[in-house]
Amino acid sequence: MFACLHGSGALTALALEFSPVVEETVAGTVAFDVSGLDRLFGHPQDLAAAIARRATEVQVKANLSLADNPDAAICAARGFSGVHVIPRGDEGKFLGELPLDLLRPSAELRDTLERWGIRRFRDLAALPPLGIAERLGPEGLRLRERARGEAERKLVPVEEPARFEDAIEPEYPVDLLEPLEFLLARLLNGLATRLATRGLATDELRLRLTLETGATHERTLRLPAPSLDSKAMLKLMRLDLEAHPPAAPVVHVWLGTRPVKPRVAQGGLYAPMAPEPVKLELTLARIRMVVGDGRVGTPELLDTHRPDAFRMAEFGAAKPHADGRPPVQARLALRRFRPPRRARVDVAGGKPGFVTAEGIRGKVLDLAGPWRTSGDWWTADPWSRDEWDIALSDGALYRIYCEQKGWFVEGNYD
Amino acid sequence: MGAAALREQFDSFLGGPLDWRARPLPDTVPSGVAEIALPRGGLVEIVGPASSGRTSLLLAILAAAGARQEACALVDAEDAFDPGSAAAAGVRLERLLWVRCGHNAEHALKAADLLIQGGGFGLAILDLGDTPPAAARRISLTSWFRLRRAVEHTPAVLVTVARQSLASACASLVLECGRECAVWSGAAPPSRLLRGLRARATSTHRSRTCSPVFTAAAL
Repeated sequence: MFACLHGSGALTALALEFSPVVEETVAGTVAFDVSGLDRLFGHPQDLAAAIARRATEVQVKANLSLADNPDAAICAARGFSGVHVIPRGDEGKFLGELPLDLLRPSAELRDTLERWGIRRFRDLAALPPLGIAERLGPEGLRLRERARGEAERKLVPVEEPARFEDAIEPEYPVDLLEPLEFLLARLLNGLATRLATRGLATDELRLRLTLETGATHERTLRLPAPSLDSKAMLKLMRLDLEAHPPAAPVVHVWLGTRPVKPRVAQGGLYAPMAPEPVKLELTLARIRMVVGDGRVGTPELLDTHRPDAFRMAEFGAAKPHADGRPPVQARLALRRFRPPRRARVDVAGGKPGFVTAEGIRGKVLDLAGPWRTSGDWWTADPWSRDEWDIALSDGALYRIYCEQKGWFVEGNYD
Repeated sequence: MGAAALREQFDSFLGGPLDWRARPLPDTVPSGVAEIALPRGGLVEIVGPASSGRTSLLLAILAAAGARQEACALVDAEDAFDPGSAAAAGVRLERLLWVRCGHNAEHALKAADLLIQGGGFGLAILDLGDTPPAAARRISLTSWFRLRRAVEHTPAVLVTVARQSLASACASLVLECGRECAVWSGAAPPSRLLRGLRARATSTHRSRTCSPVFTAAAL
């Protein structure tokens, strides 16, 4: 048994509610297979009534017809307004009054039939098949079959749009992480399987928790590389929820993934070692739990002369590439005190003579400076200072500076 | 049959005397400073007081690892790493993972443990250079054994920087840094300049010792 909707509105969505096999025949006409629904709805009339009821609910205005083959259903839906159920074996009789234009014959065939005075289904159905085959060829025969309501064919189903999201509503509000993790595992495993069956992976997980208070708690996890490792994803999600727990018990869990093509990478035989991206992300999430957010990453120098100007970027284990930089001779390194240590400096003859700061105390034995630096005076956060490199009697070399707020020890040379 | 007779039998069977006590030397990687090579799968300690050239040596090691295209991790207990100095020393910052532990040695130890267990890094550094000795000494020997075991049989090198040796028997190599002199130029300010630091790194590796001198030049 096949059904056809002809009209306007979300026809395909409506058809998909009743059948997984839906054909978008032309714009405004959708045919779908309703075989087996009699066990659910009973008689075809009941099924037609259910579809019509649902169409009214979703504001679809369409003619509906049910027939034993798809073409008869399509012709009936196009030709008759309202809801019709064509009894099995009566298709030819039922469709007989319809005009031949509904079958959409080619222009040449339509002209021929017009000249013969054949204008309705009934007229074409009454012609002998042998004569039609001789005079009109295979197209004429197919047209006659459809006019008699006897054309058998399979539907060309539309692909149901893939949705890589899922939701679950627990029976009672979840206020502990462990049962929530259990629900997440269920959702993640389902989504990972769905992605895998389509040869896809994901690099982003979106979690939306509806709380008992009505508020929503949303988290987005980005994976460094597309993956299908649901165990690793679950661990990442758990760590993230431990760091950012929802404020109230959870009543609804929605999880969405972004489908992407899986990572295809073959490591070179002599390629240098690098951490496996998803495993690394898991490790970094654990470290963030220990040291805090924003304290793990790759330092990126900023394009400014301001001292100690850098930002923490995400560590992505950059692909190895030979940049051809020559090896640099060992350089004198500065170990910074963060924040700089406030110092008391005895100045003699315009030069620092004795320095006292937290953990530092000594007479200045040698020095170089002052080096005056300034910048960003055109912004709300300007800087200006005089720097000195000093050797103290405690045996260490320091960089100190003087600014408007006083003297500071910036770090020691090591 | 005595042990000597057995040994003779084995030697004659194998075609020559074997040094039964000899262990294969570990694979080593260059440190960026001549004469110093770091054992893969080993724990290397760089020790010395402030301004003894420890960090300059560390940056040379990082730069050498970056030149080998290895991913590096630096666990910085006291937040003392200066990216500007590192970039000038040739460190590939884009291949460096920096963990800032905000003056907490315990967090640093945990982070280092997680990183080493995670694997994939060619060089992992635990910088306790500015950690007060009393706090650094509180790290138990068990923790050092754990780190040593984690890095063993991997191609990674674990380097620690501290004021004094902490891992004792767990370390495969101890590099003791000492400043020979600071190099200044010019007679008096403002023409006087700090040109660099001349340091000596005395390495102790089983029976072999060497003490190369290196100069860390100012920027």
